Amino acid sequence: MQVLFKTCYEDDIRFLAKTGEKVRVGLVIAALLAAPLWLQNYYLAELGLLLVYAIAGIGLMILTGYTGQVSFGHAAFLGIGAYCHSILISHGVPFSVSVILTTAFSAAIGMALGRSASRMHGFYLAIATLAFLILVETLLGEWTSMTGGYAGLKVPALVVFGMPLKAVWQQYYLDLFFVLIVVMAAANLFRTSTGRSFLAVRDSELSARSLGVNVEWVKIQSFGVSAAITGLAGVLLAHHLHYLSPEVFNVLESLKLMLMIVVGGLGSILGAIFGAILISLLPISISFLKDVLPPGIGQQAGLEPLLFGLIIVLFIVFEPLGIYGRWMKLRYFFETFPYCRKSSFVRQKSYLRTERLR
Amino acid sequence: MSAAAMLSVRNLSIMFGGVHAVEDVSFDVNPGEVFAIIGPNGAGKSTIFNLISRLYEPCSGTIHYGDHDLLELPAHKIVRTGIARTFQNIELFEQATVLQNLLVGRHRHMSANPLTALAFLPSVRKSELEHRRKVEDVIDLLDIAQYRDERIADLPYGARKNVELARALCAEPTLLLLDEPASGLSSEESDDVGFWLEDIKHDLGVTLVMVEHDMNLVGSIADRVMAINDGRLIAIGTPDEIRDNQEVQQAYLGVSA
Repeated sequence: MQVLFKTCYEDDIRFLAKTGEKVRVGLVIAALLAAPLWLQNYYLAELGLLLVYAIAGIGLMILTGYTGQVSFGHAAFLGIGAYCHSILISHGVPFSVSVILTTAFSAAIGMALGRSASRMHGFYLAIATLAFLILVETLLGEWTSMTGGYAGLKVPALVVFGMPLKAVWQQYYLDLFFVLIVVMAAANLFRTSTGRSFLAVRDSELSARSLGVNVEWVKIQSFGVSAAITGLAGVLLAHHLHYLSPEVFNVLESLKLMLMIVVGGLGSILGAIFGAILISLLPISISFLKDVLPPGIGQQAGLEPLLFGLIIVLFIVFEPLGIYGRWMKLRYFFETFPYCRKSSFVRQKSYLRTERLR
Repeated sequence: MSAAAMLSVRNLSIMFGGVHAVEDVSFDVNPGEVFAIIGPNGAGKSTIFNLISRLYEPCSGTIHYGDHDLLELPAHKIVRTGIARTFQNIELFEQATVLQNLLVGRHRHMSANPLTALAFLPSVRKSELEHRRKVEDVIDLLDIAQYRDERIADLPYGARKNVELARALCAEPTLLLLDEPASGLSSEESDDVGFWLEDIKHDLGVTLVMVEHDMNLVGSIADRVMAINDGRLIAIGTPDEIRDNQEVQQAYLGVSA
């Protein structure tokens, strides 16, 4: 076990403290950079899509995992990002400018939603965000002159700084670039007072308020940051889909994002990435399964949603901290080997919080 | 009362439904003193705290702190006037570490801008380090260094109490509202709290207002005590005066002495 001997306050601000973490993150980044060398185009494109979902997951994680605000409407921000970007570049706006404008637009919509949602909790917030999603989906479908309606909208070819990126690996590197930036930005956020005020609102609005945190404003900020990142994922998603239609950004897509962060593990950036890996690998492994299983089961419609649901139920029952929680326990096991005991993870009873103010 | 009062509450009332939780209560807290509020369960002690920290809206009355009319401020601006508080049922940020909790205590003094935060500009790093130093002072004072990187959810009850006190101190208050600082603590821990509160009063020059049931603690550190019952003020005086007061005894024991 490596005991971390801290010698200055910088040690607590640094991202990667332990040697093991540095090695692991280095290896993952190296493997991702080298991916075009060892992956076929089909899998490379899937990996690119995985990265896009990781961005979207981090977006939702900031809002739900870190600020405690449930949103069942996050597919709407994917849609807003994808449509806004496609419309802008088809009007001749360069990619780089469009990315900035789209992200800002998405943030603005997010803050507006946050403004109206800032006084809601729990179920009411979930329903309100769901209503927002339906509103956006309908708007995208009905505003035919702008969005092409239900007939769909063709996404113009990907051209960055005048360079057409046609090959799969070129687009993959673009996705990777944005993932690295978003992970970095999100990690930055949670080592500052803004990020801590998000955590504060999640865990106790009451004491956050009495320590000078403007709870409503924090929620608006959180919605804004979250929507901006999800909108950015929408931009990248548009180039993977090539053809946009309002139905893509429906309730199921929202649920998928939600599942991603719940199964991945709420309250950690790594959890969002684990979740993205899971939902990307699941369809692939299901298609493998279909060949193996007897046709009576393998060819059943709805096998995928069924497995999705099953996995979530199992996680909620057996590992509420998600894949991230498993990961932490695994790490702890190896770091403290052979001292890890089953009881190492038994939580103390939580103390009753009676007389809570709402 | 004295014109130099730090906190002055006048004719404060609040009703929940038909119940007068606090009725026509007036008191002053002088700079540098320890002011204790006692009373039986449901007397309205915590309600007075929640009124001062603006979590409740009073029906009538005024609350002034220095030059500030507190009733004109929203709850999150109260700490900027120099009033920090703890809660009866510990309200810590459960899933965050002790250090993160204490740093939220610094929120009042930090500028929070999401854009510079996302980029983690050098200025942000500088301010983080600066505030970390202030937090370490409080950690030293309350002797909680061994818990620094623990999550609150993993801490025992007594440690949580200390962390909550530490978090309030991180805001560098001039007035500290303590809601039952010794409740649920063993008598040794309760003695420790007594020493710390004396330290906080003398070394940091913080004025303390506390709600407390532990009469030993109240008797040993309070300069003045206010007794309330059923939302009404019974008496204000030194701990000895209050202990001998007939009405107070009646409120607690329910018999005419």
